[in-house]
Amino acid sequence: MAELLAKSPCDGLLPVTHGSVTLSEMDMTHLTSVAPYKGRDADVSDTLKQAHGMAFPAPNRATGKEGARAVWFGRGQAMLIGPFPDAALSADAAVSDQSDAWALVRLEGADCENVLARLVPVDLRQSVFKRGHTVRTQLQHMTVSITRTGDNAFLIMTFRSMAKTLVHDLETAMQGVAARGTG
Amino acid sequence: MRVAGKGLVDCSKPLRFLFDGTSYQGFEGDTLASALLANDVKMVARSFKYHRPRGIVGAGSEEAGALVTVGSGAHQDPNVRATVQEIYEGLSAQSQNRWPSLGFDILSVNDLAAPFLGAGFYYKTFMWPKAFWEKLYEPVIRRSAGIGALSGLSNADRYEKAFAFCDLLVIGSGPSGLMAALTAARAGADVILCEEDSVFGGRLNGESLEIAETSGQDWGTAAIAELSSMDNVRLMSRTSVTGAYDQGTYGALERVSHHMTQAQGKPLETFWRIVAKRAILAAGAIERPVAFRNNDRPGIMTAAAVRTYLHRYGVAPGKAVTVFANNDDAHRTAKDLVAAGVHVAGVIDTRTDAPDGQGYPVYKGAEVCDSAGRRALESVSFRYADGRVDKLQTDCLAMSGGWNPTVHLTCHMNGRPKWDGSIQSFVPTEGMVAGLEAVGACNGAFSTHAALLQGNAAALTALGDLGLKTIAQDVPDAEDAPYRLKPLWAVKGKGRAWLDFQNDVTVKDVKMAAQENFRSVEHMKRYTTQGMAPDQGKNSNVAALAVLADATGRGIPETGTTTFRPPFVPVSIASLGAGAQGKGFAPERFTTSHTASVERGAPMIEAGLWYRPSYFPATGEKTWRESCDREVGYVRNAVGVCDVSTLGKIDIQGPDAGAFLDFVYTNMFSTLKVGRTRYGLMLREDGTVMDDGTTARLGESHYVMTTTTAAAGPVMRHLEYVKQCLRPDLDVNLVSVTEQWAQFAVAGPKSRDLLNGLLDTKIDNENWPFMACGTVSALGVEGRLFRISFSGEHAYEVAVPARYGDSLFRTLTSRAEAMGGGAYGMEALNVLRIEKGFITHSEIHGRTNAFDIGMERMVSQKKDCIGKTMSERPGLTDPEREQLVGVKPIGPVKQLTAGSFLFKSEDSAVRENAQGYMTSVGFSPEFGTFIGLGFLSNGRARHGEQMLMVDHLRDVVARVEICDPVFFDPEGGRVRG
Repeated sequence: MAELLAKSPCDGLLPVTHGSVTLSEMDMTHLTSVAPYKGRDADVSDTLKQAHGMAFPAPNRATGKEGARAVWFGRGQAMLIGPFPDAALSADAAVSDQSDAWALVRLEGADCENVLARLVPVDLRQSVFKRGHTVRTQLQHMTVSITRTGDNAFLIMTFRSMAKTLVHDLETAMQGVAARGTG
Repeated sequence: MRVAGKGLVDCSKPLRFLFDGTSYQGFEGDTLASALLANDVKMVARSFKYHRPRGIVGAGSEEAGALVTVGSGAHQDPNVRATVQEIYEGLSAQSQNRWPSLGFDILSVNDLAAPFLGAGFYYKTFMWPKAFWEKLYEPVIRRSAGIGALSGLSNADRYEKAFAFCDLLVIGSGPSGLMAALTAARAGADVILCEEDSVFGGRLNGESLEIAETSGQDWGTAAIAELSSMDNVRLMSRTSVTGAYDQGTYGALERVSHHMTQAQGKPLETFWRIVAKRAILAAGAIERPVAFRNNDRPGIMTAAAVRTYLHRYGVAPGKAVTVFANNDDAHRTAKDLVAAGVHVAGVIDTRTDAPDGQGYPVYKGAEVCDSAGRRALESVSFRYADGRVDKLQTDCLAMSGGWNPTVHLTCHMNGRPKWDGSIQSFVPTEGMVAGLEAVGACNGAFSTHAALLQGNAAALTALGDLGLKTIAQDVPDAEDAPYRLKPLWAVKGKGRAWLDFQNDVTVKDVKMAAQENFRSVEHMKRYTTQGMAPDQGKNSNVAALAVLADATGRGIPETGTTTFRPPFVPVSIASLGAGAQGKGFAPERFTTSHTASVERGAPMIEAGLWYRPSYFPATGEKTWRESCDREVGYVRNAVGVCDVSTLGKIDIQGPDAGAFLDFVYTNMFSTLKVGRTRYGLMLREDGTVMDDGTTARLGESHYVMTTTTAAAGPVMRHLEYVKQCLRPDLDVNLVSVTEQWAQFAVAGPKSRDLLNGLLDTKIDNENWPFMACGTVSALGVEGRLFRISFSGEHAYEVAVPARYGDSLFRTLTSRAEAMGGGAYGMEALNVLRIEKGFITHSEIHGRTNAFDIGMERMVSQKKDCIGKTMSERPGLTDPEREQLVGVKPIGPVKQLTAGSFLFKSEDSAVRENAQGYMTSVGFSPEFGTFIGLGFLSNGRARHGEQMLMVDHLRDVVARVEICDPVFFDPEGGRVRG
């Protein structure tokens, strides 16, 4: 019997490396938007803690760790990245499968802050934007979610349909930074 | 000529460059200006209007004379200031505004016609006849006037923009800027230091001043060494801060590879947006020229520029230099030149109490009144108070009328500087840009010691504001001479005395403006064009307004300045819009079927940011119409497949989801059964139709709304607005799931057969009737199935997670082909929906309401909704309003065009007689003719009426009949099949 083949959003585009920075696609995983109903924030947070090991994130924060993360994603909304969502969440929150809606890329390397400084109008220096910090912002002309996942690593998410533009814009910035040698 | 033992250029690294095709040698560290002066090239340009010979006037970014074009072809860069352009091996520069050559320029006859070409000449002369302006006068004037030219080719260079953040931005690295940066950095503040020169140090590199008993240049080098060793300091050379904006944001242009033979992947320029909690402006000052007859001759430059060429570049701009001054500062030019072994012909000082010369004569109480020389200066004439005139043989005149503090950035948010009579200059008014403090020369503090003190003090203030602990700093001793000056703006006398070298504006032009009642400084500027050239009046504004003040009998402070606007230096549009050239203009959105569609040869058309297939050409088809007709046939007769993923999909969940939808849609959704879909109409608050689409109820408190492709974003925004602002009482959450699902329309009599070949549980008309929806499993993948139709046929939309989109599209289309169908594109989709009278944003274009499109009964009377009350305003249901109708051709002309107008057959086709207009047309294979939708006044009552359709743009006139907008299967039996 025929079966449907899965393709990742950045299929055929990544990884690329320029200078000290590498851009790679994250493995496809479960993405779930979780938006607590009125007055249910604490219940949702408790369920998240029990089932997935992280609290519901405050604005501009990400909780959890690699493999099971909750990233603040806008007003009253978090993106659960990694685990298949616990069914109990639906009792207290609007839960929507977003596993295929977003392209997830990892930007890593010594100059990654300098690369993002070419595209993102937000202060992402480590002294200000620490591990566990996240922001919904703009990358060139795209709306994105950016989370610091390490000293020299960021998780960047944009609409799946814009994956090609995301890679193009990041790669252009990476080339410019690499050509300078230093930031 | 070079002066041995002087300058910061690297004499061990000679470089060859071309100017107007001639090869010259310079050294690494030279600018084009310094290298040309070292080669005794004096004349480098022709002026804007009169084509007069022009030389190098200054040594900084404000250069008034030496504008050149660098590079050729697509890389051609006009109006480059030779004083800023560093030389590199192979640099090729050309002079501008001359033909056929710089030395022999035909249009220099303009200079002879000067008596006729003064300010206002064009306005007065080229008034009549009116038609001549566009056809004759303007082209001729444009050809003869102007400076550099663009190549006309697409820019091939790479540009970049970037963002930076800091506690303290220090603008300028002269003594005050360095001192400020040191004080702030030592206290731990994050500091960005911007310097527009290629080396740090500002005036320290152009002077022989001492700081802390060492040379100012060495002190600066040590300061930079210390700063560069600190992690909290970012040093940005070749970076001009161009503007001050709200909330501590500054624009800055970095020249990244203008000085390189090969950019090697580096951008040409980077435009920075720097956000600083505090900023210190240490931009220095610009020396002002004095207006006298023929003061624009090559070889006449500012006194400080001569010192810069000597100390910074090891170049003497002349063999016998004369200084013309009204202040003590300029005497240093003579002293420094003599110390370096360059002959000084004399110092002409307007003051009778001028200091004595040290190895050169000083002509006190005299002023230069004329200059002579063919293409470069050969002598100057000067006049004593008693009228006696003397002459000096000289090939370089170093002039100084005092200094203008570079107040520009402090005025960028509509501030005005204030006049300080003690230094005869405008100085910054405090607090004009929040968080910005001016120090040193740009603040009117002209001694080195005062600059150091102010830099330190401002840094301490900034540190206090930032809440950082301050560390007391020793401010080193330095030159602290008083600034002695007697004002002099223009030397009286006959002939043309130039104020604005770039736009050829003279003292006489300014007086003429005053005489003709353009007495406001802003009017004078527009009348004379003074200050409107690339230097934006940096060299001429203050002198021009001083002349205006004199001519109008007012003081300088009463006359005031013109408005200072960003950018401080010219900024290329390419750098401001970096990354946005070509397709970088906007992100591209691709569906999961994009690759497969392109493989099938489909031309992709833009739908918002999305790309969608127009049609899928088959072998042997010559026109798009053939393809379109075939694809329409798939849907009407077999089965067609179309990617509809671009439609917006919004998950609406929560206990109040139904109530929320009842409020945003005109019709009722709380009553919709789970597992059913309903068409919905949405109004704006003013009652106009906003969008339409279907919404499915997937669960008791779970709906998924479909929007049109174009309105996906606006509808999402609208719903968020309603949720947050209008109905915060409702417990409902919204999230876009557009990108999660790859969704395909499967339409046609064989659609169910095609689907049943994929579905793990077969469907039939009973368990999946028209408007049913639910979860299905397709080839083992969980998806959603909606029985909805935009073609009037028995049709479905099947959705799977986007990762399977490519695979499902290929499977559906190949299986459809085996059943006599296949993929269809936007053209066929459009024809299918026009045949059914279904609307798109061509019809709901922002001016139509529910009544106009015949859907007023969809506005429920049982409830309120957004836009309902406003849609009930009497004028909005007037029968004479234009109503949706169908249109078909009945005469010999069968073509219909969208955008054309409808007229009564007996009326002439003029605007006043228009009865309506066409919105959508398509060729219907079903009827063998074009059909269309349009809006016609009282149209629903006029079915059967014959009219004229006139397209004035495309010259199409067709006789048409008005009909019901539903052409095909008006009973709707086919969708239920």
